Amino acid sequence: MSHVSVPKTYKLYIGGAFPRSESGRVYPVNDSSGEFVAHAAQASRKDARDAVVAARAALSGWSGTTSYNRGQVLYRIAELLEGRRGQFIDELRATDGLTAGAARTHVNTAIDTWVWYAGWADKYAQVAGNTNPVSGPYFNISTPEPMGVVAAIAPQDGGLLGLVETIAPIIVSGNTAVVVASETSPFAAISLGEVMATSDVPGGVVNVLTGVSTEIAPWLAGHADVNGLDVSEAQHCDWVELQIAAAETLTRVLSPTQGIEPRSLERLTFFTETKTVWHTKSLI
Amino acid sequence: MATAKIPEATSTLLAPAERALQVIGGDVSDASLRQYLEGLSPVDAVGLHARAASFQTRSIKAASKKTALDTIITLTDLTTLEGADTRGKVRSLVAKAITPDAGDPSTPTVAAVCVYGDMVPHVREALGARTDIAIAAVATAFPSGRASLAVKIADTKDAVAAGADEIDMVIDRGAFLSGRYGEVFDQIVAVKEACRRADGTYAHLKVILETGELNTYDNVRKASWLAILAGGDFIKTSTGKVSPAATMPVTLTMLHVVRDWKRLTGENIGVKPAGGIRSSKDAIRYLVMVAETVGSTWLHPHLFRFGASSLLNDVLLQRQKMTTGRYSGSAYVTEG
Amino acid sequence: MPDAPEGFLDYAPAPESTSLLSLKEQYGLFINGDFVEGSGSPFATISPATEKTITHVTEASEGDVDAAVQAARGAFDTTWSRMSGSERGKYLFRIARLIQERARELAVAETLDNGKPIKESRDVDVPLAAAWFFYYAGWADKLEYAGAGPQVRPLGVAAQVIPWNFPLLMLAWKIAPALAAGNTVVIKPAETTPLSALLFAEILQQADLPPGVVNIITGAGTTGRFLVEHPDVNKVAFTGSTAVGREIARAVAGTDKKLTLELGGKAANIVFDDAPLEQAIEGIVDGIFFNQGHVCCAGSRLLVQENIEEEVVSRLKERLSTLRLGDPLDKNTDIGAVNSAAQLERIRTLSQAGEEEGAERWSAPCTIPDQGFWWAPTVFTGVETSHRIAREEIFGPVLSVMSFRTPAEAIAKANNTPYGLSAGIWSDKGSKVLAVADKLHAGVIWSNTYNRFDPASPFGGYKESGYGREGGRHGLLAYLSTATTRKGRTR
Repeated sequence: MSHVSVPKTYKLYIGGAFPRSESGRVYPVNDSSGEFVAHAAQASRKDARDAVVAARAALSGWSGTTSYNRGQVLYRIAELLEGRRGQFIDELRATDGLTAGAARTHVNTAIDTWVWYAGWADKYAQVAGNTNPVSGPYFNISTPEPMGVVAAIAPQDGGLLGLVETIAPIIVSGNTAVVVASETSPFAAISLGEVMATSDVPGGVVNVLTGVSTEIAPWLAGHADVNGLDVSEAQHCDWVELQIAAAETLTRVLSPTQGIEPRSLERLTFFTETKTVWHTKSLI
Repeated sequence: MATAKIPEATSTLLAPAERALQVIGGDVSDASLRQYLEGLSPVDAVGLHARAASFQTRSIKAASKKTALDTIITLTDLTTLEGADTRGKVRSLVAKAITPDAGDPSTPTVAAVCVYGDMVPHVREALGARTDIAIAAVATAFPSGRASLAVKIADTKDAVAAGADEIDMVIDRGAFLSGRYGEVFDQIVAVKEACRRADGTYAHLKVILETGELNTYDNVRKASWLAILAGGDFIKTSTGKVSPAATMPVTLTMLHVVRDWKRLTGENIGVKPAGGIRSSKDAIRYLVMVAETVGSTWLHPHLFRFGASSLLNDVLLQRQKMTTGRYSGSAYVTEG
Repeated sequence: MPDAPEGFLDYAPAPESTSLLSLKEQYGLFINGDFVEGSGSPFATISPATEKTITHVTEASEGDVDAAVQAARGAFDTTWSRMSGSERGKYLFRIARLIQERARELAVAETLDNGKPIKESRDVDVPLAAAWFFYYAGWADKLEYAGAGPQVRPLGVAAQVIPWNFPLLMLAWKIAPALAAGNTVVIKPAETTPLSALLFAEILQQADLPPGVVNIITGAGTTGRFLVEHPDVNKVAFTGSTAVGREIARAVAGTDKKLTLELGGKAANIVFDDAPLEQAIEGIVDGIFFNQGHVCCAGSRLLVQENIEEEVVSRLKERLSTLRLGDPLDKNTDIGAVNSAAQLERIRTLSQAGEEEGAERWSAPCTIPDQGFWWAPTVFTGVETSHRIAREEIFGPVLSVMSFRTPAEAIAKANNTPYGLSAGIWSDKGSKVLAVADKLHAGVIWSNTYNRFDPASPFGGYKESGYGREGGRHGLLAYLSTATTRKGRTR
């Protein structure tokens, strides 16, 4: 029996909702052989602004959860991704031109990456922080704290895995993220947003913008309410200009020159701030 | 849930000491006193120590040093509190109090001579008609305070009758540490009353907190307030029989209380660190601390004293050095 | 209420002798182990307390900067990066000892050049500078334990630009970790305070440090710009204003220079009604009047719970009235000179703005000397969060007092600033302290104390207060390369 398929309308993912671009714009996304697959929303600077507002609003709640809880939430993403693996494999085959086997491996690695970072949630502070033996009657401890709102440019050719490797190290420590998805392959990002929306990730913790990276990224880089910027995979943009824009408010920039591994503790801790607390220590 | 039963003791009314009535208000009870003391601002020991240490870096030179040395002498309670004290020893102490340095008549006299109650008549006798040097007597079963209130009162009355100008009493640390503030309070009020002379005047009352047994600066603060509320004219750190005796942080805590009391009521209360201050250098640091905490008006015998036995000789040696330009030696000062 | 100082409180002058300080009439640049003339023009460094010239130093030109960087590169390639960690460490230990041995001389030089009270240079700046070298000396042969894996390497040549508020101490903060990690250094002290750095160059000679490992060049902003923009520099470390920090961040964008910035601040010092009040008052004083308030982490915004505001302000004023302002070389001076005429002007401008915007100004009653640059300890009450004195870094002995009702309001006000360097919390209730510390966006939080520094303790800010940490293990990591050959994505 024939069935006329019901294609999905791909929208943005902001504050836990899936709005269209406020500009009403869409752009066509083609597969690797140039055939039209679907339209994606083309986010504007105002969408970027809204995403930052949503990320800021979600920050206090998300960073205030326990590390154990954040670990569980990240693991839950992996669980739901596992359940939707078919969908992601299809999308990767359609837009990234992966073979069935390569797409399967790709999704598996993405799932494992969530699990890897989930495990770090309640451990990185033990590795990256320490007590400090100061010479005086003071208790003194340094701990990595979330940086705040982090904007990230996802790799252009990264597919699902590139996204996960971008988002997971940002949010695991309690930051919230605004991610500019791959321009040519945005569907995995929106589908990942759907996974987030149906998992336990609070709205606003991850926000996904699709569209033209070079149009949106400068607004995020220069946004005063953005604390961190990941352009480590933004070679398709003028990342140096983004870094210069970020300097205006001393936004921390993870640049391609820093050589930080995609899946690493260093990447996780890059998006943290070391907070050192002194307290007087005395019996009487 | 049953209403918690208020222990009888906490609602006991305390002796109606004037200051407590004014400051705490209403009929002062064990409960209201406790509430008042527990509401005092806490002390952070680290910051307190740092502040006390800061006075030690003051550099006191030349004329200021000369003034400081003379001031120390005028603030000294020259003390002997030994079981082996005799009439002879006390008489020689008084001689030293009158003429600290026979070689230098410009040397001022000390503030007081401090002895056990039974030695008061000997001091009186040795001083003759002089009234510029006060007689201080330790009382109330000094140094432990372990005696009945009746004995403490008798001890005090005895010393006052013998001519003591000042009574150095000890508080009941056992009662204080077990939280029986009202009991400590009532005892101070009773001893104060025992300081009353036939003519209606009072011997000055110094209340010894024995801070070395109070364990925390919060306790020192509470005990200081308690002693003042109950009518003490002076608060004194130590008996000299317990280590540690006076320290700068402890004394600073007490100076803070005295300053706060002044702010609250306009009234001046004296402070006496006792025991452990042996060198001029240490004593000058105390002077700096007093001057910078409560003001230099406190550097007068009616508001500040050093309880010390060996301090005086070191001050005299320093004085001699300043006069002659040469270092002096122990053979050039008299042993107490 | 303490009486006006009379009699005993008028301490006789107790000036530290300057006789142990023997200065040259002019200093060149310290490049490759020797003082060289340099091609720039000389300029005077003056004592801010007297406005008298102390000595002359040389402004390093672009060519001089290049020579210094080349010397550092040469030393890195041929000596320092090849030396074992334990040998490097021994040089740092030597330097630490020499600082201790020449402590009095360094303290006098620092006070003369900077204007800070001798008791601070003697008890804080110089001992901490020595401690910094001791601490990092021990790291030199233990880099693989620093937490960045066994493959750590030095970065290369470090360009370091330091401010005038803690000249020798900031030099130690910069040089000690850089050398321990195996880097070589070109450092530029601030133009108003080059003296202790030049004495430090003599110490390096006495320590027999290999030539070129540390190069010290003097000059102003232009010299600094040549240095941080030099293409052969691998690491830039800057302490100073946010405005300059921003320029540097732009300048190094796109390069592979590793960057640490330690910039401005507008720290909140939060006093709750259950604070140990006596110590809190001292902490407020330490917080904003230490080093004339020329401290990036100064507690310049006092947030006090409204039910104790009146009491705190009145006690504070009383306490400030006992501070002794005057000759920085006098051992009894609490408040020294403002470092420069320019800084004094900034303090004056912002204080005027405070009055114009409606805040109430109070200044401690003290006699201001005729010569030199001075500012009496000043407290503004009735300050609104929108006032310039509540938002801009004054970098002087000026405190802005605001009140709050609830902990949540205190946290919101404390965080309501583009800066995020430090904060203070005063409360005897541990659970509240920890909860508030958790929510403050600041890199260093002092509870029931303020302005404590230790080589083992990381220091640095959030947001516009800069990035990276100095001090402790974290400070060492800022001078190490952890990058292995990039493996690329795992897909």
